[in-house]
Amino acid sequence: QKVSVEVLDHLEHLALVDFRDSEGVERLQKAIQFADQLHEVNTDGVEPMDSVLEDRCLYLRADDVTEGNCTKELLENAKEKVEEYFVAPPGNIPLPKLEERETFLQGS
Amino acid sequence: LAPWVPVVGLEIHAQISSNSKLFSGSQVQFAAPPNSLVSFFDASLPGTLPVLNKRCVEAAVMTGLALNCSINKKSLFDRKHYFYADLPAGYQITQQRVPIAVNGSLSYSLCIDNKMSQMVTKTVRIKQIQLEQDSGKSLHDDTRSQTLVDLNRAGVGLMEVVMEPDMCCGEEAAAAVRELQLILQTLGSSQAVMAEGQLRVDANVSVHLPGEPYGVRTEVKNINSIRFLAKAVDYEIQRQIEELENGGTILNETRAFDSKLGCTIPMRDKEGKQDYRFMPEPNLPPLILYDAKSLPANMNHQQVINIDWIHERLPDLPSVKREKLVEQYGILPEHSFTLLNEDGLAEFFENVVKKTQMKPKKVIGWILQDLLGYLKQHSLSVKESPVSSFVMADLLNLLENKEISSTAAKQVLAELWKGEGKTPLEIVKEQKLQLLQDQKELEQICQAVIDERENE
Repeated sequence: QKVSVEVLDHLEHLALVDFRDSEGVERLQKAIQFADQLHEVNTDGVEPMDSVLEDRCLYLRADDVTEGNCTKELLENAKEKVEEYFVAPPGNIPLPKLEERETFLQGS
Repeated sequence: LAPWVPVVGLEIHAQISSNSKLFSGSQVQFAAPPNSLVSFFDASLPGTLPVLNKRCVEAAVMTGLALNCSINKKSLFDRKHYFYADLPAGYQITQQRVPIAVNGSLSYSLCIDNKMSQMVTKTVRIKQIQLEQDSGKSLHDDTRSQTLVDLNRAGVGLMEVVMEPDMCCGEEAAAAVRELQLILQTLGSSQAVMAEGQLRVDANVSVHLPGEPYGVRTEVKNINSIRFLAKAVDYEIQRQIEELENGGTILNETRAFDSKLGCTIPMRDKEGKQDYRFMPEPNLPPLILYDAKSLPANMNHQQVINIDWIHERLPDLPSVKREKLVEQYGILPEHSFTLLNEDGLAEFFENVVKKTQMKPKKVIGWILQDLLGYLKQHSLSVKESPVSSFVMADLLNLLENKEISSTAAKQVLAELWKGEGKTPLEIVKEQKLQLLQDQKELEQICQAVIDERENE
């Protein structure tokens, strides 16, 4: 059961990953197959567990101001800054459509 | 004209009134130097983890209880993924699967035909309330083709209140949001000032013909005031009706309200349907809340949130306050609405009543017409009134004791608005507005007038 080109394209858009070559896609297929083994277990009537932390206590912090005020430090990481603002492109630049971008998926 | 049925639902984001953010200890404050209220977690630096703020949970529980919701004793946190420059982590922590409160209701009132004397009560169902993070702010600099990002707001706690599509027009949507705003302000869970972005409303609008299924809905964003909410909703309803009457179709899209043009326009940057790839937030265990029955014996009480304890301490909600005002002072229901609608006005009224012998039913006219009329004319809030409740009470006492006529009282009030610090009595003396009570003196004056006439 192969993953379709449409789904691969959709994933590249959503997660901004680049499968780059057939090996990358193959790795994805193997990962899906590996996870699919979970279907072999009968889980009828079993409440799903989504975290091993489910029976831990969620710590509640008191509403005090204890951090912040480190503008200089934070901006050290910024490639570009303007008067203590981070600089970003004007909007999301969407990944070009499949036909318009260089990806090996095109050939598939 | 076909009998189109408009359907309006609302998604409201209220910023939680707290000292620090939802998952970090940086400060919550409007208008601070850019990126000064940002912790390493807010900036999504590697190795940082979310730590839940107790006050934010209490605010959400209070709000859920005030809106008649069932509080989920176990609720979960999830990640909602999307890319945007003001969302440094690439996901927002929210409550998609099991939110903190569900299945509530909100009652609000409307005037029929703009007549305050005919009010009707409506109800809108509250689907759920969830806790989530706010994003940072993007300032678009089109000239330099760049966006400036300020993360001060990133991570501030929000309560998202989802209202079912039980409303049918802009007026209903506006009235529902206004009542929610008053409730939040009464609880103190949010200051809900729309102008400061503490209350943001997105409207979901569709139309359909009776008996047919709901039509395609559009989402309307960028609504900055309650007045614009009504306009935006009504415009969108009209637009959809016209489109359909002309044989067109409605796209399931997001539109922005342009307040200058008074219309909605499709929003750019929204490419098709988003796939948020929701997943459980792996760094946060379930949020467990307790009540009197389930209270654990051996837990540090700072770590425990008791729903019943919070319930017992809820203040009187606006609807209850209004009933009490009507009952205590014998004023009309519509008066109680106006009193609560202006910040500080109910207090002002009650202070005047305390200090004057005039009956509340008479005082209310002076408050709602004369005082409020003047304040509105000069765009002043009650707090900014040049006439205090003490001075007002003094004036009304003069009137009540028949020392001046009501015409004279209005004259004195006009003088008092100047805020020159004169007392009502001083003004009455200055302008010689005292009513003459002495029978003999009155007879003398009348006789003098008659005599003068006879001489002509």
